[in-house]
Amino acid sequence: MLNAFMSYLHSTVTPGQAGNQLWALIYVLIIFGGVSLAVVAMNWLERKALAHFQIRLGPMRVGPHGLLQPIADALKLMLKEDIIPAEADKTVFWFAPMIGLLAAFTVYTVIPFGPSQAVSDMNIGILFMLGVSSLGVLGIVTAGWASNSHYPLIGALRSSAQMVSYEVAMGLAVVSAILMTSLNATGVGTLSMIGIVEAQQQQGVWFLFKFFPLGLIAFVIFAIAMVAETNRAPFDLAEAESELTAGFHTEYSGLRWSLFMLAEYAAMIAVSSIAVTLWLGGWMRPFPNLLSAPVWDFMFSLFPGLTFAALAAFAFIGTVRMPSHSFFRIQRIGLAGFALVLAFIALVLFAIAVAGRTSDTSVAGRFREGIDYVYWFVLKVAVFMYLFIWYRATWPRYRFDQLMKIGWKVMLPISLGVLILTAAVGVLVK
Amino acid sequence: MNPALANPAMNVGAAPVGTPYFFYGLAAAAVISGLLVITRRNAVHSALALIVTLLSVAGLYLMLYAPFVAGVQIIVYAGGIMVLFLFVIMLVSIDRTVKERQFNRIWPVGLLASCALLALFLSAFSKGKSWLPDRLTQLPEGSNTQQIATSLYGEMVRTVQSPKGQYVIGQYTFAFEIASLLLLVAILGAVIMTKKKI
Repeated sequence: MLNAFMSYLHSTVTPGQAGNQLWALIYVLIIFGGVSLAVVAMNWLERKALAHFQIRLGPMRVGPHGLLQPIADALKLMLKEDIIPAEADKTVFWFAPMIGLLAAFTVYTVIPFGPSQAVSDMNIGILFMLGVSSLGVLGIVTAGWASNSHYPLIGALRSSAQMVSYEVAMGLAVVSAILMTSLNATGVGTLSMIGIVEAQQQQGVWFLFKFFPLGLIAFVIFAIAMVAETNRAPFDLAEAESELTAGFHTEYSGLRWSLFMLAEYAAMIAVSSIAVTLWLGGWMRPFPNLLSAPVWDFMFSLFPGLTFAALAAFAFIGTVRMPSHSFFRIQRIGLAGFALVLAFIALVLFAIAVAGRTSDTSVAGRFREGIDYVYWFVLKVAVFMYLFIWYRATWPRYRFDQLMKIGWKVMLPISLGVLILTAAVGVLVK
Repeated sequence: MNPALANPAMNVGAAPVGTPYFFYGLAAAAVISGLLVITRRNAVHSALALIVTLLSVAGLYLMLYAPFVAGVQIIVYAGGIMVLFLFVIMLVSIDRTVKERQFNRIWPVGLLASCALLALFLSAFSKGKSWLPDRLTQLPEGSNTQQIATSLYGEMVRTVQSPKGQYVIGQYTFAFEIASLLLLVAILGAVIMTKKKI
C-alpha cells in the first residue's frame, strides 16, 4: 500500500498515461471535491465582492462575515420542494441539469494542474475540452424546451445562438495559440494540454507575450468569448432578469436549480483553465527559465505558505475588529478558529517548502514540487474567477443585436486576422 | 533508478484494462439509443437519443485509437450539428407532429437494406480474418493525408503512352464515390422536401 503510494509520488506521468486506474480514480475524486469546494468559495466571494462593489455589506449573519452562508444556502436548496411543472416534458426536464453538469465536469480529465498532476494527458486535449464544453449548451437548450414555458424557451434560444456564435471566434483564437507550439522550428505542434505548457517552457515565453501583440490579441478574444460561452454578465442574455425572469432555469427549483449553478461555475473554472494553459503558462511559476537557480525555486515555493499566512492575518484582523458586545462572542471564537486553521495550513506549507528545498527526489521534495505546480495554476485561475465577478459588477448587459454584432462583425474578423498573421510571422521570423 | 519503472503497477504504456466491458457498454448504448431515435414519436426525444448515439460512437472511435476522429465527432456532430437540429425542432409544434401520420411508407425497403447491412457485418465478423489485413498500416508522421489520398484516388502514373499522367484506380475509389453519391442523394432529398414545386 505504502509502496504503491510512494511509487506514485515519484512518477513523472499522469495516472491516465501510466494506466493506473486507482490513482486516476483518486485524482477524479480530489478534482471533483476541489472544484465543488471552489464553487462554494466562489459563491461566497461573489456575494461579498459584489456587495462591496455596491457599497453594501453582503451576507453577515450566518457565521463571521457570512462565511457559513454557502453551507446554509446549500442546505436550503436541498430541503426546498423540487417542483416539476405539470405541462413539462418530465424526462427531458429531469435530464437537462445532468447534461450541463456532466459536460462541465468531464473536461476536468485533461486539465493539467502540473506535469503529472492531471487525470490524463490526451493527445487531443484541447480539442476534447472544446468539444465537451460545447455540449454544455445542450443542457441549457433542453432545459428551456422541457419547461414548456415562454421565458425558458426564449432564454434557451438566445443562449444557443450566442454560444454557437462565440464558439467560432473562440476556436480561431485557440488555433492561433496551438500554432505557436510548432512555429519557428521550436518544437512539434501538439494539441495536448500538457504539451502546450511544455512548449511554452521550451520557448521560454508565455504565449500571451509571443509575437507581441498577436498572442495578446488572441488571448483577449478568448477572454471575451469565454465570458459569452459561460453565459456570464455582461453576456448573460440567457438569464436576463429584467426581460426573462430567470431565463432557461425559470421553472427549476431546489436541487435541480443548484445543479445548474454548479455546472455554470464549474464551466467557468474550466474555460479559465483553458485560458491559463494556453496563454499564461499553466502550472509554471513566474520566470522559470530566467530565474532558474535553486534559490529562486525555494523563494517561489514560499508563496503558497505566504498566501495562507496572509489569509490568516486577514482573519485575525477581522477577529480583533469584531465588536466587543457579547452577542458577537461565538462569531469571534469561530473566526479566530478559522484564522488558526489557516495559520496551521500556512505552517505546514512552509515546513514542506523548507524540508523539500534541497532535493527533488525526496518525499518532501516531490510534495513541494506538486504543491508549487497546483498553487500557481490555481492562483492564475483564481484571477480569472475574480475578473468574472468584476465584469458582473461593472458592465451593463448587452442587447441581443449588439451581442451578435460584436461576435460576428468584430471578434470573428479580428481572430481570423490574428490567425493568419500568426501563421505568417511564424514562418517568416526566425 | 526511478521507482515508477520498478513497480509493475505503474508500468508506463501498460495495456488498457476492461476494454471488452467498455466496448459492450458503448455498443449497447449506441444500439439502444439508435433504436430510440427511430421509435420515439417526439422529435426532440429522437434528437437527444441521436446525440447519445453519436457520443457512444465517439467512444468507440477512442477505443480504436482514433482520438482525433472522436474529438471531431463530438465537436462537429454532437456539439454543432445537433444543437442546430434541436434549435429547429424546438420551434416545431410537438403536439401536432405526435398525432400526425408518419410518412415512412417504404419501411420494407429500409428493412431489406438494414438486413443486407447486418448480413455484411455478420460475414465480416465471421470471415473477417481472411478479408482484412491482420495489422494496422503504420504511416510515417506527416504523410498521412497523402497516403489517404493515394488509397482513395490511386496513384498518378506517367507512362510513355500517356506522358501527362494517368490515375490508377485506388483501393477505395468505389466506396468513396458511393459515399459521395449518397451525400448527393441526401442533398436532393432535402431540396425536394423543402420545395413542394420544383
